Amino acid sequence: MEENREYWKTQGRIFDIQRYSIHDGPGIRTIVFLKGCYLRCRWCCNPESQEFKVQTMTVGGKTKIMGRDVTVEEVMEEVDKDELYYRRSGGGMTLSGGECLFQPDFSAALLRAAKERGYHTAIESTGCAPYEEIQKLLPYLDLYLMDIKHMNSDKHKQFTGQPNDRILENARRIAKDAKELIIRVPVIPTFNNTKEEIRAIAEFAASLPNVKQLHLLPYHRLGQDKYAGLGRTYTLSAIEPMTDAYMQGLLDTALQSGLHCQIGG
Amino acid sequence: MNYYTEPVAKSPRIPKLIDDLYRELPEIEADRAVLITESYKETEGMPVITRRAKAFEKILDNIPIVIRPGELLLGSTTKKPRGCQVFPEFSFEWLEPEFDTIATRTADPFYIADDTKKTLHEVYKYWKGKTTSELAASYMAPEAKKAQEHNMFTAGNYFYNGVGHVTVKYWEVLEIGYSGIRKKAEDELASCNPGDADYAKKSHFLNAVITSCNAVIRYANRYADLAQNEAEKCGDPTRKAELLQMVKNCRRVPEFGATSFYEACQSFWFVQMLLQVESSGHSISPGRFDQYMYPYYKKDLDEGKITREFAQELIDNIWVKLNDLNKVRDAASAEGFAGYGLFQNLIVGGQDGEGRDVTNDLSFMCLEASMQVPLPQPSLSIRVWNGTPTDLMLKAAELTRTGIGLPAYYNDEVIIPALVNRGLTLKEAREYNIIGCVEPQTPGKTEGWHDAAFFNMCRVLELVFSNGMDKGEQIGLKTGDVTQMKTFEEFYDAYKAQMEYMISLLVNVDNAIDVAHAERCPLPFESCMLDDCIKHGKSTQEGGAVYNFTGPQGFGIANVADSLSAVRKLVFEDKTVTMAELKEALDNNFGRGIPVDRAEEVTKNVVKTMMGMGKTVSEEQVAQIFVTALSGSVSEAQKKRYDEILALIEEVPKYGNDIEEVDLFARDVAYTYTKPLEKYKNPRGGIFQAGLYPVSANVPLGKQTGATPDGRLANTPVADGVGPMSGRDVNGPTATANSVARLDHFIASNGTLFNQKFHPSALKGRQGLLNFTSLIRTFFDKKGMHMQFNVVSRETLLDAQQHPEKYKTLVVRVAGYSALFTTLSRALQDDIINRTEQNGL
Repeated sequence: MEENREYWKTQGRIFDIQRYSIHDGPGIRTIVFLKGCYLRCRWCCNPESQEFKVQTMTVGGKTKIMGRDVTVEEVMEEVDKDELYYRRSGGGMTLSGGECLFQPDFSAALLRAAKERGYHTAIESTGCAPYEEIQKLLPYLDLYLMDIKHMNSDKHKQFTGQPNDRILENARRIAKDAKELIIRVPVIPTFNNTKEEIRAIAEFAASLPNVKQLHLLPYHRLGQDKYAGLGRTYTLSAIEPMTDAYMQGLLDTALQSGLHCQIGG
Repeated sequence: MNYYTEPVAKSPRIPKLIDDLYRELPEIEADRAVLITESYKETEGMPVITRRAKAFEKILDNIPIVIRPGELLLGSTTKKPRGCQVFPEFSFEWLEPEFDTIATRTADPFYIADDTKKTLHEVYKYWKGKTTSELAASYMAPEAKKAQEHNMFTAGNYFYNGVGHVTVKYWEVLEIGYSGIRKKAEDELASCNPGDADYAKKSHFLNAVITSCNAVIRYANRYADLAQNEAEKCGDPTRKAELLQMVKNCRRVPEFGATSFYEACQSFWFVQMLLQVESSGHSISPGRFDQYMYPYYKKDLDEGKITREFAQELIDNIWVKLNDLNKVRDAASAEGFAGYGLFQNLIVGGQDGEGRDVTNDLSFMCLEASMQVPLPQPSLSIRVWNGTPTDLMLKAAELTRTGIGLPAYYNDEVIIPALVNRGLTLKEAREYNIIGCVEPQTPGKTEGWHDAAFFNMCRVLELVFSNGMDKGEQIGLKTGDVTQMKTFEEFYDAYKAQMEYMISLLVNVDNAIDVAHAERCPLPFESCMLDDCIKHGKSTQEGGAVYNFTGPQGFGIANVADSLSAVRKLVFEDKTVTMAELKEALDNNFGRGIPVDRAEEVTKNVVKTMMGMGKTVSEEQVAQIFVTALSGSVSEAQKKRYDEILALIEEVPKYGNDIEEVDLFARDVAYTYTKPLEKYKNPRGGIFQAGLYPVSANVPLGKQTGATPDGRLANTPVADGVGPMSGRDVNGPTATANSVARLDHFIASNGTLFNQKFHPSALKGRQGLLNFTSLIRTFFDKKGMHMQFNVVSRETLLDAQQHPEKYKTLVVRVAGYSALFTTLSRALQDDIINRTEQNGL
């Protein structure tokens, strides 16, 4: 059977491909990082992902160009290199970013290509986009890893630049339509790391149909240097990562929702 | 399912045994040296095989024997734990000059008492001119000797020591005992006709076997007497009962076949330790312990005669005792085999001769034993094939996660065909085990000479740049002025020609040593447990085994491949660097200067060269040469250009990043070593086969290697194993594994070695273990041969360097073996820390 590979020519903009990812979906995976995002989360560990435009960033004294335009075919050439690892481990491809919904046609084409090879597919996404765009991806998607960052829309807007209404609304629909949805919470001191805030998110997640898992992702500072590299200021430099014991306390709170909860992806 | 996976609790006895083992610095003892010297004096003029048997007998009849507190298995080669005997018949000259430094050297220090020094000094007077090493040296071709002196390769291992590297028929001793083996020798002797052409040698060999068997039986009975004696004095009724049980065991085995698992363990132990009394060869490998021990375990378990707890305790006790054996090497070799390694490789799992998976209870219990006894020995390995149960893989991964560097994983799907390609039957190949670090062979019938030499492929590359000259002498071929070479092919052909020539010299050295062992140190005891020595009436050293190989290891593939890529691209394709510039940059170590000891060496060589040309050299001139050598004496303009060249080199794609073209080139480069070697024969009637791994010699031998065109600076380590140069693989573990799998592992039938280092977080939870085992299985799908891991964080290792006292028993993977981290030299510690760490994103 001759497969129509016209969609392989779809172009998009990415800034990195990382292999041997083991924390963003099942098994051994390759993550494709797409350029551009609707949100401007202050803690974002990939600040070079936020702007869609191609940028320069200084890394270790060297200037690097962030962002390149590629076709689905070019991405798949890289993704295919670990095909046997996916098959052995039940892994596959994860789209991250940035926000893959920022480039919905390219993302849909990538997922379709991966799915047609039999790889497990996942996206890490905030779900902050018109639902029609999300629907383009769902037929080729095995796992939606969706961030719910805060239940209070004002605070959400203060730290991410966007209110949360559309996100929560989409979450309800995705829970019904997607094959599997896991809710993830980046736990950020001064933003959402009180028991009350985590409880509210967990309860919302538990109220979504078919959702069984919640992952708490502890804040880390690994992206901090990139802000300087982009000529930007890191506004959260005053906050410290939380202790394991503190995270354990939040996990206990989240568990009360009845969901399967874990720290880390 | 025909196995239990649940572990049993550790016996409280085990931690005590381990504590006793590591209380003191290991000590050199002189008893064996004294006894063998006395015996040799008594047997002057007799056939060598007879002298060997009589010496073995004298040692076993007289060497002091001890029972360590609390142990359940008897038999120690030294009075003190982890002590070692010395073996003057192989070589001795190196030890005496090291008497005063051996306790304080960085790699593998030993305590030596003043009395011992005096005794050994007296003993050594006898051995001048009588050792295997002296005979071997006299057999070597002058140019081959010279090439070795110039560090193109080193065959020091078997030059200084016994060969070892063998798996004998443990199962036969368990089944029929040494009385049974003696009977085989007697029957063979009875069937000989005194008129046979080979009668003289054959009959002496068989009599030597009989003498050896009797000696071993008497030795076990000495232990029975000692245990009886201690039991009588013992006030603790529990210990008394244990001692009396051991009396019974040693009266029965190894003279007769074992009738219980406990007796089988005791019998196994006598075989294992006594092989290491007869000769100083290391890598005496127990092999498929979970297979030949299983019938005894199963029978006792089915009949209710043993609990799994007690069986585990016995296995743990064997593990402790494997760490009690030790060996002293010269300072240089100690760096190459750092960590007091004896490389007693014990392997679990895999297939039987008919291709069925044979995982059993003992496979799991052996893995568990290395968790309960987290020490470097045995070098625990696991055979992996498509039929390996996930349960066993997960158990192995759990052990890997402890950070001990065990087990090493081996791929049946590559090794079996690789051995069939060397002439083994399919059945024999399926029954393979691993010797020493990574060397596959079929047990009970192979004299593999597996660690025959280290061959430094980078040094050979240097010869291309110097037209065969090294330190003022013509060592290699005259392949022409490198700056006049017009094409890359011409350059590559020059490299291949230098390789072919140097390999022929390596073969010369190995064969010279081989002959020396046959003539001076045939081993009747080892030989009686290897097919077909009894039938042929010949020792293994004289070619009595069914399969005979010689396996020297090439290393530095990553550096040579990256170097050749850089030369091709920069000099011949892009023409951004001229060959003259590159040669100059290499000679000047890219303007980075050189260490003092190396500068001294360079100075000596320059002076030697000048004097060789008939010039006189004044003291001021010498001083000036030294200063020049030390600083590199390069102008700012030169330095700038070297930096540019280094930057250009950095941009050339490197092996280890899953770039097909680059990796396939590395495959071709590996062939420059593996293919020419295949055509050579050894004096035992077998062939040479290549391995690709440096053990830990990539560090000390890297010190002897100049700068290379891949941007590696002079005197720094070369790449480890078949892996990429450390730090150059930047695309994660799957990319690295894909690159390594592109080498031809089938032809490197003496073994390849692939290290990966993981941060502990990558193996977290059951999912982490599953992902980890998937990585291994996929590398094996892609026809990689071997994989091993360090799972310990960089921070832990750095802390261990700072506070060694806190990490006395921190075990890490070095090369084909694990060792105590704090006993390794600083340079090797650094090399392990610098291996690329794979996190998993």
